[in-house]
Amino acid sequence: MTTLYQDRTITAPVPTPENQPYYDAAERGELLIKRCLACAAYHFHPRTICPHCFSDQTQWVVAQGVGTIYTFSVSRRVLPTAYAIAYVTLAEGVSMMTNIVDCDLDALTIGQAVRLVFKPSDGGPPVAMFTPA
Amino acid sequence: MSLQRKACIVGIYEHPTRKAPDKTIAQLHAEVAHGALADAGLTFRDIDGYACAGDAPGLGPLAMVDYLNLRVRHMDSTDTGGSSYLIHVTHAAEAIAAGKCDIALVTLAGRPRSEGSTGTVPRNFGANAPDVPFELPYHAVTLNQYAMAAKRHMHDYGTTSEQLAWVKVAASHHAQYNPNAMLREVVTVEDVVNSPLMSDPLHRLDCCVVSDGGGAVILARPEIARALNKPVINLLGTGNSIKGLNGGHIDLSHTAARYSGPAAFEEAGITPADIQYASIYDSFTITVVMQLEDLGFCKKGEGGRFVADGNLISGVGRLPFNTDGGGLCNNHPANRGGITKIIEAVRQLRGEAHPKVQVPNCGLALAHGTGGVISSRHGSATLIMERV
Repeated sequence: MTTLYQDRTITAPVPTPENQPYYDAAERGELLIKRCLACAAYHFHPRTICPHCFSDQTQWVVAQGVGTIYTFSVSRRVLPTAYAIAYVTLAEGVSMMTNIVDCDLDALTIGQAVRLVFKPSDGGPPVAMFTPA
Repeated sequence: MSLQRKACIVGIYEHPTRKAPDKTIAQLHAEVAHGALADAGLTFRDIDGYACAGDAPGLGPLAMVDYLNLRVRHMDSTDTGGSSYLIHVTHAAEAIAAGKCDIALVTLAGRPRSEGSTGTVPRNFGANAPDVPFELPYHAVTLNQYAMAAKRHMHDYGTTSEQLAWVKVAASHHAQYNPNAMLREVVTVEDVVNSPLMSDPLHRLDCCVVSDGGGAVILARPEIARALNKPVINLLGTGNSIKGLNGGHIDLSHTAARYSGPAAFEEAGITPADIQYASIYDSFTITVVMQLEDLGFCKKGEGGRFVADGNLISGVGRLPFNTDGGGLCNNHPANRGGITKIIEAVRQLRGEAHPKVQVPNCGLALAHGTGGVISSRHGSATLIMERV
């Protein structure tokens, strides 16, 4: 079975003061995550206060943009076109919800290496997605 | 303070409707309250505690206490989705044990079926919800988020679609005896795995129904319970928890039941092997498999094998579950199944379940609720009850 990825209209995220740098970076094609200066741990999604140690000394970091699929599901009867939702574990160790795009959705596997791509949203900033590496 | 035997469940009522386009949500709340009071043999003037969650209109207790014209000194609007009502029971028992109220009412009601709700539309809690900007663009819906948990469970433990299907098969065996159930036809494993693939690996029949309706539960001090004309049902143990995504260091191998379950068993002073009947939240088949593991009914990873071959069917297997047909076949009012989990457990303890599914001499039962999404943020609540 083959289910080729098709573009769809992507609901635009509404940035907030807390995550505006994340979306500014997306406009430049960069994925920002946060790292804590106190405990050195990365976290996602980005917050002002570190969710691991509660320090307020958190710093924006440009992610490498590579990772592996932690889990995924190809939704076949949710929208008119099939799409793959996933959690991708970044090289930095944190996982983020995303979509897997530009590939045969039926060939995806857990553990598969993926790399960052951006897709335009409907009137908002670009959205970070992943495609097989 | 232990809540063991500090409060009793004295009234239950499940609304018979499954589609109520001609009724308001407040009216449905009132109708289930009316039914539970009649079941308990109490009047609305006896109520001095009230709880409801986000399915209630307006500001919850403010709207409903006024609408029902109650006079309360304990009120609770904890909202953890479908698990809210089991948490309300814990909080009501705490209030009763502390002398803060004598008789507490918990209601749930909604009309998602009449309003066209499905599990395939994103639940958008607005840009102020911190997770929304990072999930909404990916078209995360209830269905595919549970599907991701199922996919990972299959990867980690070898769970199969056929094993998941047994959960639905067991629910359907029970629902055939429930005249109010939405789906009364007995289905087979083949029926489930051959139903349309919705979001890998979940099929249409792995999903719960969308129904209107509701339910209510009334708790009271033990001495009040003993004066009423129903079997006395003691609350033995309770446990509550919330699990999130741990700042991105995620682990989808377990649910928050891993924390709420052991807490409830410790307070009750019993083990999973002692439980004769279990109401297990069944938004999807995978929900049941993971909760059974986390509650300790089997080892982690063995849930698929545990539910196979009819092990959840009353009169057939070791652990009769959801003998009303559950969310998978009976109803899921307001897209929240928590209250019906309590109600069927109490029916079993009273001996009031349908004779074809009644567990003989059922003395110890568990009710467990999960609310929200098991692959992101969810509430978990476990109640253990005994018949005196």
